Amino acid sequence: MNRRPSFRPIVAIGLLSGALGGCAPALLDPAGPIAAGERTILFNAVAIMLVIVVPTIFATIVFAWWFRAGNDRAEYRPRWSYSGKLELLVWSVPLLVIIFLGGMGWIASHQLDPKRPITATAKPMTVQVVAMDWKWLFIYPEQGVATINHLVLPVGTPVTFHVTSATVMNSFFVPQLGSQVYAMAGMDATLHLMADRPGQFCGLSAHYSGAGFADMNFAVDAVSPAQFATWTAATRGRGPALDAATYLRLAGATATMAPVTFGAVQPGLFAAAVHEGGAPVHITAPDGREQ
Amino acid sequence: MFGKLGWDSIPFSEPLPLVASAVVAVALSATALWVWRAGHLPYLWREYVTSVDHKRIGIMYCLLAFVMLLRGFSDAIMMRSQQALAYGGHQGFLPPSHYDQIFSAHGTIMIFFVAMPFMVGLMNFVVPLQLGVRDVAFPTLNSVSFWLTATGALLVNVSLVIGEFAKTGWLVYPPLSELRFSPGVGVDYYLWAIQISGVGTLLAGVNLVTTILKMRAPGMRYTRMPMFCWTALASNLLIVAAFPILTATLAMLILDRYLGFHFFTTDLGGNQMMFVNLIWAWGHPEVYILILPAFGVFSEVVSTFSGKPLFGYRSMVVATMAICILSFMVWLHHFFTMGAGADVNGFFGVMTMIIAVPTGVKVFNWLFTIYGGRVRFDTPMLWALGFMVTFVIGGMTGVLLAVPPADFVLHNSLFLVAHFHNVIIGGTLFGAFAGYAYWFPKAFGFRLDEYWGKWAFWLWIAGFYLAFMPLYVLGLMGMTRRMQHYDVPGWHPWLVAAACGAVLIAGGIACQIRQLYVSIRDRKRLVDDSGDPWDGRSLEWITTSPPPAFNFATLPNVSDDEAYWGIKDRARDEAKLSDRPDYEPFEMPRNTPTGFVVAFFSTVLGFALIWHIWWLVIVGFLGAWATFVVFAWRDEGEYEVTAGEARAIDDHRRREKARLLGLDDPAVEQGA
Repeated sequence: MNRRPSFRPIVAIGLLSGALGGCAPALLDPAGPIAAGERTILFNAVAIMLVIVVPTIFATIVFAWWFRAGNDRAEYRPRWSYSGKLELLVWSVPLLVIIFLGGMGWIASHQLDPKRPITATAKPMTVQVVAMDWKWLFIYPEQGVATINHLVLPVGTPVTFHVTSATVMNSFFVPQLGSQVYAMAGMDATLHLMADRPGQFCGLSAHYSGAGFADMNFAVDAVSPAQFATWTAATRGRGPALDAATYLRLAGATATMAPVTFGAVQPGLFAAAVHEGGAPVHITAPDGREQ
Repeated sequence: MFGKLGWDSIPFSEPLPLVASAVVAVALSATALWVWRAGHLPYLWREYVTSVDHKRIGIMYCLLAFVMLLRGFSDAIMMRSQQALAYGGHQGFLPPSHYDQIFSAHGTIMIFFVAMPFMVGLMNFVVPLQLGVRDVAFPTLNSVSFWLTATGALLVNVSLVIGEFAKTGWLVYPPLSELRFSPGVGVDYYLWAIQISGVGTLLAGVNLVTTILKMRAPGMRYTRMPMFCWTALASNLLIVAAFPILTATLAMLILDRYLGFHFFTTDLGGNQMMFVNLIWAWGHPEVYILILPAFGVFSEVVSTFSGKPLFGYRSMVVATMAICILSFMVWLHHFFTMGAGADVNGFFGVMTMIIAVPTGVKVFNWLFTIYGGRVRFDTPMLWALGFMVTFVIGGMTGVLLAVPPADFVLHNSLFLVAHFHNVIIGGTLFGAFAGYAYWFPKAFGFRLDEYWGKWAFWLWIAGFYLAFMPLYVLGLMGMTRRMQHYDVPGWHPWLVAAACGAVLIAGGIACQIRQLYVSIRDRKRLVDDSGDPWDGRSLEWITTSPPPAFNFATLPNVSDDEAYWGIKDRARDEAKLSDRPDYEPFEMPRNTPTGFVVAFFSTVLGFALIWHIWWLVIVGFLGAWATFVVFAWRDEGEYEVTAGEARAIDDHRRREKARLLGLDDPAVEQGA
């Protein structure tokens, strides 16, 4: 019993530092409508299931103890092995719970479908995401800029992510914004997310992808739309440009790297990356002619 | 001459596995030397290595599982200590190149070479006894199955010293497992180990399905089969249906890696999600292949130690077969995050939840089996109760992960890791341990020591909760799996707690080893002459412990829902055993080294394929094939047990049964 008091502060400190430690990707601290919806589903489903799980655990312990061999007060019924009423109960209780949960899950799958656009007053924007060994490339096609390992988003603006990979499978995930989606070479996965409060969040790859996987994190800055406009204006036209050669060099450099911004992006790069299974050796112009 | 193999294939730069393997090699050599010096070698060769007796093969399966549990657990404790250390700027003691092999090997070993052989071993040992028959349908094939599984386990262990193991996770997802990203031999070790042992498992499945469908004692109708036989039937039907998918999927990856095909590559039309779909089309039924026999063990244990028939037997059968069928309709829930549509995700989410209905029915039926019983808390029952409490938590988190939007944030997190350990340890492994304690006296004629058994149970269950409950929390804190190091301070204390849990589990395993040692040392004290130490209800308890090679001198006549209980009841009522049957001579299969020799050549074949030593591939293949041909052309495969031998052994059995039931000695009574 001496140990308990000393253990509790450790746990408390752990939770506290988790909540305060800058870039802690906590699921239960949502910063957007998708993450909030998912947390609600999570809590509701657990609550519904606890209604039968807790009594079951309790009954197991109580039954086993009460009907222990040494207890003369417990009635021994050595042949009792069937009861129609109980059978009905035994089937219908889980069935009813699952009908309820299943309905909830079905509706939630549609409401929180990653492909479903988020309705908001602000005009949606697009970010193209490429997983590389072992870093993330973010292309802002409408702004004409790109970054490595640094995702800047305007608060209150629905964002459509197009996710692919220049290498093996990864999973694009910002826990505080909600849903993750696989990043796969040759595929363009759609994901809609939105930040509804400013802050710095932690993004990561949620699918193991080789030696440098543990470092495949990125910072997410949710800023006001005005700050976002300032940031894009300051970034555009400055620093290096992202063209096919740079892209291939980045994809080939198997290491993580400090955040970088690109002031210009060659158009069609992402589509070519998807089309070429991650490596845009040929960039095709909109008219189909190779460039 | 030696393909890719050279001196640089031995990982001198990583001393840890080399030292560990050297210690194991020394221990094994010492054991082998002792066996040889003590003159046990002929006995081992005759009674185990070449045995086609389903009981001996079952015992070897369980032994293999236990040895591999030690290997898989040392991987686990390395992972737990690495994650407890590698926080902030620290890299821990395992670089990614090593850590990534460890978690891949841990998963591969625990599923394929611990959980599978333990369950197959229990089924092999128990099912023919419970059905009241003398062996499985294909005894030699049974031996081949076991030795092929052992081949796979051996290849995985060889990868410690020669070359490397896969660094891809236990399901070798492409494109990471393709030649472009994993040029080394690690993935090849995985592929050939699983292919060879997979053939063994498939053959074992065919064998047991045939046995259950075609070979039952007279009167043993389907509806009189013990629950364990039903779950074994369901599990083996799943093996027969699912393992070919695994073999085909891995064969496609082999074609990609060896012959430049493009099934799953990122270029030339390859599709990685095809692999993921196919591997889980096997992988999800696999989960039920592992858990269903454990459900069967718990059904037997709960009923026996409550002194009551299983509650709702027919419901249990329906639930088992429902799980068997439904398990093929849910595989997509392993990758809700691939970006499928809402209808697809919703459908598979709902299907997954539906499996919780028959599973819930089972839990309630065990509960009502206890109700009105006289519960004895021997070790098997403790494991069963520990399972019931633990498994419902794992089931709950499983249903939670089946809700697609919840999975979108929990997928691949430590929450998921905690969930499947919760059901695999709390379900399959506890089931294996319950079965081990329950049927050990049947296999060897003496019980396991209860004192150390109870210590093992309490340390395991406490260790399990301490090791895995923090992982649930970490998952909710956003920690994903397979991280070699991390920077989030909030995670660290939870990972330290989890490491402490692993230490408690290590204590549990130590107690199990101690228990085995003490039990063998004190076998006189723990002896059971009756063949029925737990007041059992099914036919395995009617014969002696250990049973004769042929199990039953005459096949028992089954006329009750609980075969042996009915016979026992009547003997008590009439105050005498049933009439002495007429003994007739019968044939039993002869021992054969076929399985062992085939496995030897398969090991050679696998090793040669891994290292691209093509001449040795031909030698291995021809050797295995020639062994099969020699076996197929054998002159005599059986030996005869005479009526007199059968009678002599049965006399002994009847005397012990009479003593157990407090009746007169039947031999004296009938002037034998």
